[in-house]
Parts: sequence; C-alpha cells; structure tokens
Amino acid sequence: MIDHITLDHGSGGRQTHELIRNLFVKKFGMPEPLTDSAILRSQGRSYVFTTDAYVVDPLFFPGGDIGKLAVCGTVNDLAVSGAKPEYIACSFIIEEGFPAEHLVKIVDSMAEEALKAGVRIVAGDTKVVGKGKCDKIFITTSGTGILERGREHISTGTRIKPGDKLIINGPPGNHSIAVLGARNNLSFTTPVISDCASLNHLISGVLDRCNEVHFMRDLTRGGLAGVLNELAEMTGKGITIDEASVPVDEPVKGVCEMLGFDPLYLANEGRMLIVAGNDSESEILSVLKSDPLGRESAVIGEITDAKRYSVVLKTAGGGTRILDMPSGVQLPRIC
Amino acid sequence: MCLSIPVKIITIEGSMAEVSAGGTIFKAGLHMIENANVGDYVLLHAGFAIQKISEEEAEETLRILREMNDAMKDE
Amino acid sequence: MKYIDEYRDKALIMNLVSRISTAANREYKFMEVCGGHTAAIHRFGIPSLLPDYISLISGPGCPVCVTGTDFIDKAVAYSGLEDVIITTFGDLARVPGSSSTLQKQRASGSDIRIVFSSLEALDAARSNPGKKVIFLGIGFETTAPGTAVTVKQAAEEHIDNFFVLSAHKIMPPAMETIAGEGTKLDGFICPGHVAAITGSSMFSFLPEKHNLGCVVAGFEPTDLLHAILMLIEQVNRGEPEVRIQYTRAVTPEGNLVARNNISEVFTLTDAYWRGFGTIPASGLTPGNAYEMFNAENAIPVSIQYHAENRMCICAEILRGLNDPADCPLFAEICSPENPVGACMVSSEGTCNAWYKYKRGR
Repeated sequence: MIDHITLDHGSGGRQTHELIRNLFVKKFGMPEPLTDSAILRSQGRSYVFTTDAYVVDPLFFPGGDIGKLAVCGTVNDLAVSGAKPEYIACSFIIEEGFPAEHLVKIVDSMAEEALKAGVRIVAGDTKVVGKGKCDKIFITTSGTGILERGREHISTGTRIKPGDKLIINGPPGNHSIAVLGARNNLSFTTPVISDCASLNHLISGVLDRCNEVHFMRDLTRGGLAGVLNELAEMTGKGITIDEASVPVDEPVKGVCEMLGFDPLYLANEGRMLIVAGNDSESEILSVLKSDPLGRESAVIGEITDAKRYSVVLKTAGGGTRILDMPSGVQLPRIC
Repeated sequence: MCLSIPVKIITIEGSMAEVSAGGTIFKAGLHMIENANVGDYVLLHAGFAIQKISEEEAEETLRILREMNDAMKDE
Repeated sequence: MKYIDEYRDKALIMNLVSRISTAANREYKFMEVCGGHTAAIHRFGIPSLLPDYISLISGPGCPVCVTGTDFIDKAVAYSGLEDVIITTFGDLARVPGSSSTLQKQRASGSDIRIVFSSLEALDAARSNPGKKVIFLGIGFETTAPGTAVTVKQAAEEHIDNFFVLSAHKIMPPAMETIAGEGTKLDGFICPGHVAAITGSSMFSFLPEKHNLGCVVAGFEPTDLLHAILMLIEQVNRGEPEVRIQYTRAVTPEGNLVARNNISEVFTLTDAYWRGFGTIPASGLTPGNAYEMFNAENAIPVSIQYHAENRMCICAEILRGLNDPADCPLFAEICSPENPVGACMVSSEGTCNAWYKYKRGR
C-alpha cells in the first residue's frame, strides 16, 4: 500500500492506472472497460459524460493556454467516443492574488474555443483559496453530448479485429515540448507550438463518411504508447507499430534525442488514434488530410493476432522491440 | 554512456553558445572546444560541447558504409 | 537531423546485418560498457537483428547503476538540512537509497532541483547566497570535465556556497577488472563519448595486456553494427587491437582541454563500484586547489550502513556474469515503478532496458 501520492501517480502511466483501478474504480463500483467518457442511457437515448482537470504549468504557452485546454480537452474526450459534444460546465479554483488580467485572458480563450467547437458553457463554479494553497489557477471541466445509436463500440473497441489499421492525425509530442519549452527551467527554447485543438469537427467528418471506425481515443498523458497499451489490454489483441511511419517534427526530435524522451510517450492535446477496419484507412486518411487538423495524418501500424496483449515496435532499421506501458514522469537523462 | 547528440552552433558569446538540435535551441558551454565557429557541429552533453564533429570523417564513414552496400548489391 | 539520420538508413543497416551474418563463423561475446550503448542497442532492436550466436553483454557502463547506495543516502541526508539545495541530473531522482529516494524527499518538502547541466547548479548557488547548493556529480569521463569547468568557474568568481558531491568515476580500472578476471569475452565495444574526451589510446591496455580487441563505437544503429562487424573481423583474424569506428568524434588523443580540466580539478581516489567493491584510483574527487568544493569536506553528514538486498543480482549483472532474466526479482518484485536495484531504475540500466524492450519475448 502506497503511503504518499507522488508525481508518478499523476503522469498517466502505469502508476496512474493502478491508483485508478485499485482505489477509485473499486470504491466507486465503476464498470469496466474504462473509457474516456462514460456512456449513460436515459429514456432510450445515449449520452456521454466526462470530466477533466487542467493544471498545466505554465498557464500560457505557444499555441494555447489553460483555458483553451480546458475546453478542447473535454470536447475531445466526448468526441472520440463518437458523440456530438454539446454542453460544458467549468469550475475554477483560483489562488488569492492571481492577476485579473490573466483570468480575463483565460476566460476569453475558453469562450473562443467553445465557439470554435460549437459547444456551450452552461454552468460553473468559482472558488478562491489563500495564497500558496493552489498554484495560480486550476480548472475542471465536465462535458456532455449525445451519442448516436450504433456508435458505442468506438470507445469500447469491441469491433476491433486483426488487420485493422492504426491512424494518427499528426506528429505526436508537440504539446509536451511546447509546454516544457515555455517552462524556462529545462534550458531550451523551441519553435514548437502546442497541438491543442478541438477535434470534434474533424471527427464528425470522418464518422459521417465512414462506417468502419472501430475505435478512437485521444492521446493525452502517457502519449501514443499509453493509448496503445490500454488498447492492447482492453482488447486482448496484439499491436504492431512501424516507427518510421510515425511523423515527428524535427525540433521535437531534437529535444527528445537530447533529453532522452521518446516522442511516443509524450502528452498531446490535439492528437488522436483511430482504428480503421476493413480496409477503410485510405478513405479515412483522405477525410483527415483535407482538414488542417489532420493534414499530417498517417497510418502507423496495425492490430495483429501475434503477441497478444503487447505492443511491438518495428524500429527504423528493421529491428523489433516492445513498446511498454509508460511509467512515471519522463525525466531528462544524461547518462 | 552519455546522452550526447550532434548540434549546430548558431551563436557564440564568450564561452557560451546557442546550439540547435533540429531547430530547438540549447545552451552549450564551449570551454572545452578550441576554435569553435558558428556553423560548426559539436557533441552536446550535459550543457557542454565535448568535441567537434569532423565533417570529413563523417563523410568518410558514410562513404565506407555506402560502398559496402553497393558492393553487395552488385554481387 | 544531420549526423543522426544518415546513420539510421535502413538499407545501410540491413547491409551491415547481412555482412555480419556472413563474417560470423563461430560464437562471439562482446561487452559494451556504456549506458548509452545499452540504451541504443535495445532502442534500435539490435539484438533482434543479430544471429543468436553473437551475444552483446552489458558491463558496468551505467554510472547511476555502479554508484553505491551510500551516495544516495548521503544525498538524502544532505537534502534534510535546512539550508541545502540539492541539484541533480534527472537520472538520480528515483534511485533507491537504503530508506528513501530523492524523489520521495522532494515530496516530503526538501529542496531538490533537476538540472540539465552543472552550470545550472552554479546559477542556483548565485541566486541563493544564503543556501548551500550541492551538485551531485555523476558520470564518467564524458561528464566529469563539465563538472570541472563549473568548479573552476565557481573558484574564479569566489562563489563559496557551491559544492560537489562527486560520484564521478573513470572507466579503465573497471574494464581492467573485468578483463583480468577471465570473464569469457571476445572483445569490447568501447564507449564513444568517453573516448571523445579521453582518446582511444586509453584502451590500448586491452589488446596489449589482455589480448582483447576493442572498437570505439558511436551510438547510431550503423555505428553499432559497423563496430560489431569490425570486432568480428578482428577476432577472426586473431589480431586484437584498438580501432575507432566513431571517427567523426573520436581520435587517439581525445580532447586535451577536457582532459586537462579533469586533472586540474579532480584527484584520483578509491571508489566503490556496485558489483566490484572498492576499485583503487577509479574515482574523481575535487582536490588540489579545489578541495573546498568537495561537499564531504565542507559539510559533515553521517549515514548508516545498510546491507544491499541479498536477492538483487545487480552486481553480477554489472559484471556481465548474469542476465536480468536470471534475477529472481526481475519483473516480479523489481520493476521501473518499484525498483529494488539501480540497474532497474536508471534509463540506461540493463534491467531497465530488458524490462522495457524485451520482457515477455
């Protein structure tokens, strides 16, 4: 039994999953599989419901801020379940002394992003705590939307079969590197811009045109490797990824090579994984690429029968290795 | 052992330089490099440039590898 | 990225693999002594490309792994002092000490900061004149010169609140021990970045005293495969020698300025290596005119002796005598989240690499 909660428990990797499973799921009696959004049924209709907290540091970074994240993160959780996001509620915990001007900027970002995503912020709460009792501002958003009939499998992956292809909508890692670069204590400056964006319009474009989407999930903490391992565990299938097919932006690669990060493990806020069944990947790709948020989409791997429950990476040179579940927070290494 | 990658010197000020890794800029101490110039490639390790990359030797290594590859293709 | 991508070319890699298979006409066992090589070999899936009869063994090349628990215990003890700021490379944060880790200490309120360079640690000293900043100096000959430069800078600026707790070590004595004790090896893959500093001639004792060939290798897949091919050819010819594969960064003499920095600031001391015990003249400690920067001289701290976990075989793994799979704790009790030994927690430890990249195959 752990006696202190550490940063590892919040990193989205193995320790987070263990904490969730052994404490929250157990005590709350939550049904598995755990999906990004809960699917609820009421009077013959299906709704999705989700919640997320935003504690990003720094608050403002190239490509966005905590406000924008608070909206698009929750919109994405709803949208990757196959639902149409509709309503958001948000609560603020603000540290005494926080500059009002920053709060206005953040709220403006939220309003702007909500407009872009076509969702309405309809309820909220505000608390202020004494200086030092929270780090500037924390935002929690909850969201809900309607799930059309016949789309439940998109979050549970029940239709996934060997041979299905895996698609990502752009290079992973940009959000993490943009935020780290803005933090000023990791000794680098980078032109990388966060990928944070509301993906619901992109997704509805795909779902309207194509019936063979077998699964979707957005890549947040734990990155691509996290989602792939969750998927392998959920479905009991094997997954193979072709490293050379995963697009990575040069400046992101530069940071990763230098600090020992693996872009496949970095957090994103505008990237998702789509599992395309029955040879539908070309069609899905063409829909994605016609949208600015999907311009660099690529097929990166497939579901296999071999090596069940595990994710195998084919390296650029033809070798293979396991792509393990992320563990803890990635720290820079020297040696 | 040591996480160290080739980076390009972008600016030099005294014994510190700004170096680029794929477009991300890091700071590097040039204390151990003689005659460093903007445009040179160095190995960056733990905030210091530890050695210059020799362009000629790099080319030579690639030439050898490519020759080996071509030779086998002809066999 | 220049000087990286070209050396990851798939066709060149496959060609080298093919040449290796052709040239290899018996079993070969090569040891690398560089955590960066351990990580690169596994990251690029090199073992999956080589035939079974070529074994790559990891030796004591991970500076975090070979550092004794004492070092972490001292750092933890220092971190408990009111006026101390610990500055460290990220690698050390989760290494288990006898009773705690730096990460746990930070969770309990100690001022522990991850730095990318010793220069940042010196910055912390400048900005916190009322505190004592202790930099945890870890790493081999690649990293030690940087610490030396920073110590010299501190001396020049008369900064009196900057200290180094050094676990810096030099490679040859450990390699000598391995070569001398008759571990069945056919050659060494020598560390490319250590050699960039020290020069390749430092390894001449291997062929001269021990009849073992060695090739100084870079860190990209073609570098490693090319080095392995060169070693196989040496063994086949029966002519052990020191060769440089990583010619774009390594020369026989190395970086003289860096070497001079090391000898100016550090003195050679006995050092404890996990798996080897104390090896004479293998550690680097601030000395000569720079003695006052040695944290252990300047700030007294006491720790208790604790025995290492008896079931942990990090020691044997670091000497290349066992694989992680031979350890009863591997993947059962010992994992990157719950490391028992340093080999599992360091991102360049052998057990860590096996766990991440090979477990379950």
